[in-house]
Parts: sequence; C-alpha cells; structure tokens
Amino acid sequence: MNARRSLAERLVLGAPWLWLIVFFLIPFAIVVKISLSEAALAQPPYTPVFDLSDGWEALNRLGDLSLSAYAGLADDWLYAQAYWSSLRLAFISTLFTLAVAYPLAYAMARAPLHLRPILVVLAVAPFWTSFLIRVYAWITILKDEGLLNHTLLSLGLISEPLHIFASDTAVVIGIVYSYLPFMVLPLYNAIARQPPELIEAAADLGASPLAAFWRVTVPLSASGVLAGCLLVFIPAIGEFVIPDLLGGSDTLMIGRTLWVEFFDNRDWPAASAVAVVLLGLLLVPMALYERSQMAEAEA
Amino acid sequence: MSKPSFVRRAALLFGFAFLYAPIALLALYSFNASRLVTVWGGFSTRWYVSLFENEQLIASAWMSLRVAFVSALLATVVGTCAAIALTRFGRFRGRLAFSSMIYAPLVMPEVITGLSLLLLFVALDIPRGFWTVVVAHATLGMCFVAVVVHARLITLDRSLEEAAMDLGATPGRALLSVTLPLAAPSILAGYGLAFILSIDDLVIASFTSGPGSTTLPMRIYSQVRLGVTPEINAISTILIAMVALVLVAGLALGLTGRGRRA
Amino acid sequence: MSRAPLIVFENVTKRYGAVTAVDDVSFEIGAGEFFALLGPSGCGKTTLMRLIAGFETPDSGRILIDGQDMAHMPPHARPVNMMFQSYALFPHMNVARNIGFGLVQAGLPKVMIEARVRELLRLVQLDGLGARRPDQLSGGQRQRVALARALARKPRLVLLDEPLAALDRKLREETQFELMRLQRELGTAFMLVTHDQDEAMVMAERIGVMQAGRIVQAGSPRAIYEEPATRFVAGFIGEANFFEGVIERVEGGRCFVRLNGSGALAQALFVGAPSASVTLVVRPERMLLELMHDESAANLTGVVLDSAYRGDREVAQVRLADGSMVRVARFAAEAAMLPERGAQVRLSFAPEAAWVLPA
Repeated sequence: MNARRSLAERLVLGAPWLWLIVFFLIPFAIVVKISLSEAALAQPPYTPVFDLSDGWEALNRLGDLSLSAYAGLADDWLYAQAYWSSLRLAFISTLFTLAVAYPLAYAMARAPLHLRPILVVLAVAPFWTSFLIRVYAWITILKDEGLLNHTLLSLGLISEPLHIFASDTAVVIGIVYSYLPFMVLPLYNAIARQPPELIEAAADLGASPLAAFWRVTVPLSASGVLAGCLLVFIPAIGEFVIPDLLGGSDTLMIGRTLWVEFFDNRDWPAASAVAVVLLGLLLVPMALYERSQMAEAEA
Repeated sequence: MSKPSFVRRAALLFGFAFLYAPIALLALYSFNASRLVTVWGGFSTRWYVSLFENEQLIASAWMSLRVAFVSALLATVVGTCAAIALTRFGRFRGRLAFSSMIYAPLVMPEVITGLSLLLLFVALDIPRGFWTVVVAHATLGMCFVAVVVHARLITLDRSLEEAAMDLGATPGRALLSVTLPLAAPSILAGYGLAFILSIDDLVIASFTSGPGSTTLPMRIYSQVRLGVTPEINAISTILIAMVALVLVAGLALGLTGRGRRA
Repeated sequence: MSRAPLIVFENVTKRYGAVTAVDDVSFEIGAGEFFALLGPSGCGKTTLMRLIAGFETPDSGRILIDGQDMAHMPPHARPVNMMFQSYALFPHMNVARNIGFGLVQAGLPKVMIEARVRELLRLVQLDGLGARRPDQLSGGQRQRVALARALARKPRLVLLDEPLAALDRKLREETQFELMRLQRELGTAFMLVTHDQDEAMVMAERIGVMQAGRIVQAGSPRAIYEEPATRFVAGFIGEANFFEGVIERVEGGRCFVRLNGSGALAQALFVGAPSASVTLVVRPERMLLELMHDESAANLTGVVLDSAYRGDREVAQVRLADGSMVRVARFAAEAAMLPERGAQVRLSFAPEAAWVLPA
C-alpha cells in the first residue's frame, strides 16, 4: 500500500493532515511567537518583533525577540503559585476521582452481563449533558445558604453553615464530579476484560476475596488507572470553568490566570507565555497519555 | 461469589447517586415558584415562560445549534478520513506525528486550544464570528470522531474488505460499500459526540467568537456569574431533557456512543 | 475400591433456574486415584467439578473431602487445586510468581517458596523459564505452568478441566503420558474432566460417565467399554451397533434373541425372561463379516456401502436388508481385507460378543 496512492487515497490522508497542520500545529507556533513579543496598547495588543513576511530581513531581527513576557512570569510570584496550585488541585482531584470511580467501575464490571451495557450508558450519560450546567448545579448545592447546608442544618448535624463554596474544596468537588466519567470508563474497561477465571484461580490457590482483589484485580487494572488518571489530571490543570464558578477569589489556577491576562488585562504576550509554560508542564503527562492510548488502540 | 454483592450494590448506588443527584436537584428547582434556591415555593412553570420571552437567550441557543450542526458535520468528514488513514494506510510516513496530533486535543486544556486558534485568526486577519467558532469546534470534534471511528474500524474483520476485493471491487469501492456501512454506527456516534462537544463548549467559543456570535454557553455563563437564577435551571433542564431523549432514542436504536474512549 | 474415599458426594443437586445441572449425584473418589469425569458438553461435569472446588454451592446434598463437610468452606480454604481449561495464568506475574502464588497465600517463608518453585519447574521440565511471562511461552509450556501451579500446594486432589483441549494432537498424546507419570509419582488424586473418551480411557483408572446431570455409570475403562450400563454409555464410549429383539428361549446360560427387522436369531451369554424385549450391543470390531456364497444360513445380510482404510484398521458401513446400518471394523493386521463397496455380505457375531441391555 505504501508505494503509489490513488488520488482518492491522497485526499483521505491529506485532508486531516492539512486540517491539523493549519488549525493545530501552526496556531501553537503563533502562540510561541507572540509570547516573544512586547505588549502594546494597540489592536492587536502586541508589537510583532519577528515577522516572516519580512523574509530574510526577519532573521536579522532575531536579536529583537523579547523575553519580557517570560521575565514577567518569573518576576511575579503569583504565576508560580498559580502553576503550583493548579498542579496541586489537579493532583488531589485526580486521587479523589480515582477513589470514587474505582468502586463504581469495579461494581459495574462485576455486575451481571446483561446489565453492564446499561450501567456503562448511565455512567457516561452525564458527560453528554452540558459541562457548564453540571458545574452550575453544584453552586446551588454548596453555597452557604445552599441545599447541603440547609439539609445539614435542619438535620441538626451542624450548627454553623459550612463554607465550602468559593474555596479550593469546592473546586476539587467540581473536578471530581465533572471528570468522573473519564475515570470510570477506562477503569471499567480494564476490569471488565479480565477473565473471571483469574479470580477463581486466585481463590483456588488460597487467596481470600480481598487478597485476590489486591493481588490480581488491582494490578491487572493498572493500565486503566493510568489512562483514567491522565485523562483527569491533564485537562484539570488547565481547567477554567470550575475554578471560576466554584473557586474563591484566592483560588489560583493557571487556566483562570490565562483567561484574566487575555480578556481582562488584554496582555496577549503574557497570556501566550502562560500557555507556553503550561504546555511545557504538560508535555510529559501528555506523552505518557498518548503512549497508553496508542498502545490501547493498536492492541 | 454472591457474598460481596452487598458491597458492590452499595458502590453502584452511591456512585450513581453522586452522578445524578445534582442534575436531578437542578431539574427539580427549575419548577420552584420561589426565587430562593432553598425554599420550595410550590410548583410553577413561570421560569420556563420567562425563558421563552428572553430573546437574547433564544438567539444564542439558535446560534449554538447552527454552530454545532455545521462543525459536527465537518468534524465527521475529516475525522472519518483520519480514522481510515490510521487504520487502512499501514505505516505511512509521519504516522506517529499524525496520530499524536489526533490524540493531543482530547486532553489539551481548552484555554490553550482557544487561545492558539484565536491568535491564528488574528494573524490571518480573519474577522471572528460564526465560521471561526465552527472551525475551532470542528478541529476539536474531528479528533474525537477519529478516535471513535478508529476504535470501530480496527475491530472490523479485514477479510470482509478482502472478500469484496476478491469479488472484483476496487479498494475504494470495497471501503465505501463494505467498511463504511459497517462503521456507520460509530460514525453516527462520532457526529453526536462532536455535536455535543460543540454545543457544550464555553472556553473555546469565548476565544474564537466575535460580536453577534454569542453561543448559549457563553450567555449562560455570563448570567451565572451574576448569580443563580431559576431561569438558568429551566434552560438547563430543557437541555438535559433533550440529551436524555437523544440517549434513550440512541439506546433504542442500539447505537451507544462511548464518550472519550479509554 | 479398597482405598479410603477422599471425595464423597451424597445426593448432590445443583440447579440454575429451571435447569438441573447436577441431579442427585452420589459417588466417591479414592485417595490417590486417577478419576475421569466423561460426558458431552452440557452434561453437568463442569458444574460438578466447580462444586468440588467451591465455586458453586449445592442446592441439596453434601460434599465431603477427607470426611469433612465442605458446605461452608470457601474455595480458598479447600485442599483442592484446579487447572483451568484456559489455564488462567496471571498475565502480570512471571512463571515463578504464578507457580508460587498459592505458596505466598499460605504464608510460607520466601526461601521455602523459592525452593519449592524450583522443584516444581524441574518436575514439569521448565527449568530456567521462571522469569518468563506467560505470554512468552508456547501453549504446551503454559499448560505445564498451570499444572505446576495447581500442584504447588500439595493438594489432596487436583482438578483438571479439559487440560489438553488447547494442545495439538501430537502434543496431547505426549502430555497424556506425562500427566499419568506425574500422578503416579506424586500419588495425588487427579480428577480429569473431559468430553474426549480417548483421553479418559487412556489416563483414568476409573471413569464416571455423565449424562444430563447424572453419573450413569462409574467403573474401570474396560468395564465401561465392555459392559456399558445404558445405551447412551455404549454409544458415547467407542462405537456400537444396536440390535433390538425379543428373547425367544433360554438354554444353557445363553439366550436366543429374535431380532426385530431382519428376523434373524442371535445368541448372547445372558439369562433373561423369555419374551422380554432387549437390545444387543455389539462393537464393530466384534462383528463377523463374510462374502455371501449361499443363502442357507444367512440371517443378517446386507450391502457394503463404504469401506475406508485407516492405517491401523479398516472400517465398513453395511446396510442391512431392513435398511438399518451396521459398522464393522477389522484390525489391519488381520489377513483378510474387508470387501469392497457394493459387495453382498453376511454378518454375524459370537454369543460372547453381544452385551445385553433391557430395551
């Protein structure tokens, strides 16, 4: 097949290639380029220092590249804190998502065969409803005068309302809730495809149900755990909607910082620099994720 | 093996309660006559009535539907091509880079995707509006379509296509008359996924839309920032009901999408 | 059975909904015995084995192992180990850790586990492969790992679920003798579950034939072949010709049976009530066949439909005058060849070749 391709084949391969290069690869190059520009009060709000339309001239002006946006990032503690806090909150949220998802995925995978497709649809269905709406639903629940406090107060379990809303805790709850399906599905797949004889073999060889779970089921689901965690962790780092709606004014997350730089401060070079550094942070987990996905797809 | 089934039942119950309780509460309070969230003021459909009088909201809903319809269509065509290339073209040059670019947007933070596309449009001096949002959503959508269709194509028995070729079909003919019909459910699921992603998206649309192309999530978001209103509950409930309807119909047809594939 | 019973089934019944998989079964397996449970798929043999392993619990009846009631004994506490049909090797563990799994569960010290694993690897002739992963092994090697793993805890009984099903024909024959050697050396009781009568006949000391949830006959391979208890057993183990008829008279320890259809008079070493309906079972290799020259003594006559040369023997299908089919086999070493297709032949059998079943 590799020798000569027909016109139709070239079209089938060429269309997605071209699309991805124009709308995925080149935009990143532009982000990098603008991150190396000076901010300006203009439209667009930056001074291009390096323009390919200048031809060879441009090369002579390479020395003019400005690192001021990156210097700004390094100077202001707030950025470092935002990156750190994003990593921290994404990490904590991933752990909690795993803790909630594993028992659910396990129970789904061990349910009677005829029920499993229905359970899978039920677990994925919330993903099909609006992300924004699902986050919004938690505002109503977590607010100081919200449903959770209302219920707990009237049950007499607490005397003071809990201040969960507008805090890091609310952000974690929001991430766990919104990303749960992404964790459940890979876990479910990894557990459901284990042959049931393996557990029987472990029991036959003297393992109690708990020992069989820890020594056979859990290690064999490792690929699912990795895929699920990456599927939650990576997008959670750059999350904007959840920290914006559920977090407090002191909740620092880098996606929100980028948004503010861009829309409120109109500092495009700074926003681009934030994006470039964020992408740098994500390179390793994304490479890990891609490897696991491709291994899975080609298996 | 029936003893631990109590634990498993509890896990199912707790897990699904966690997933569905917030959505159910949201829907319930959209019928609340009172404006206060915690006080049940009796059953009322007044928020639905005021919803339909909100022309801005209706306009942005219409915008979202149009964007989703067109961008999902584009995403399905290009994404299916990508899936075919990944499955049937063997080890072509640049395959690794190609599949990396297919998988990357699935986890790429939306702020980065949105920002980079916006900067592209600015650099090319393209005025932002309906089409820029469509292109942005199609870019994200095609990757999901490619993954879903690819997952189906690799499970298809290659010998079916070979049988068609053995019977005189050209490779292209075999693909069109055997493979694609068999992959149709996954292509349809891919379209649904791309449609939902588009109609759902706030961040990328915020970056790439211009004046006059405000989508529904953007409108909802600006209202939510001003505080919780039962009107938002009402429109949320309508959206949820629509999705539920599509899901039930899909289940009845035996076509179930798989969401982000693991 | 002179040996003390190791496994005792007392009226064990197991149902799945409306299906009775194991129906009021009582039988015993002796210590150190090689027992085969033989039956077609769906006869309940797998369920019976899973009852012993503890993966299923009987609806009624008792299962005793070493005299101890297993009713509330979970699988992991039973002195029984199983070799799964799929082998069920843990894919995330290497060969040595697979074999040692049961020993780790038993809480043995590490040194002892290592020594025992080495010993087992030698026993199944896999020395030096302990570090391999199951997916790096051939089918035959995986089968050996599964066996070693089942033997590791020195169980009282090893359950072998279709152990040779995944092997090719030549390897299967070698492995049969290998299993027999191991069983003899270890003195552990083996229970083989199979649908392959050859496998059961070759390996087992005693065979239990199952049909529709019941053990219809248990005995030595010879007894089961030569003296089948039912028509099903006769038909399932080896090939058999059935002749139905009525006892005309009994004389000197043999009966004369008038066969239905052909009307021929056959003899059998059997004493039964005159005018009783019976079925005579005659194995193909015990049918006598000769070319027909005169019709005087002819009682069973027919035409050869097909004859086939099979190396060690020849087989022929003969259609009798009444339309029924009879199979005839002859060892190739015997001088005379079977007649060719289309030949008119006369069939008969000696009285001691016929086994009588009540009809």
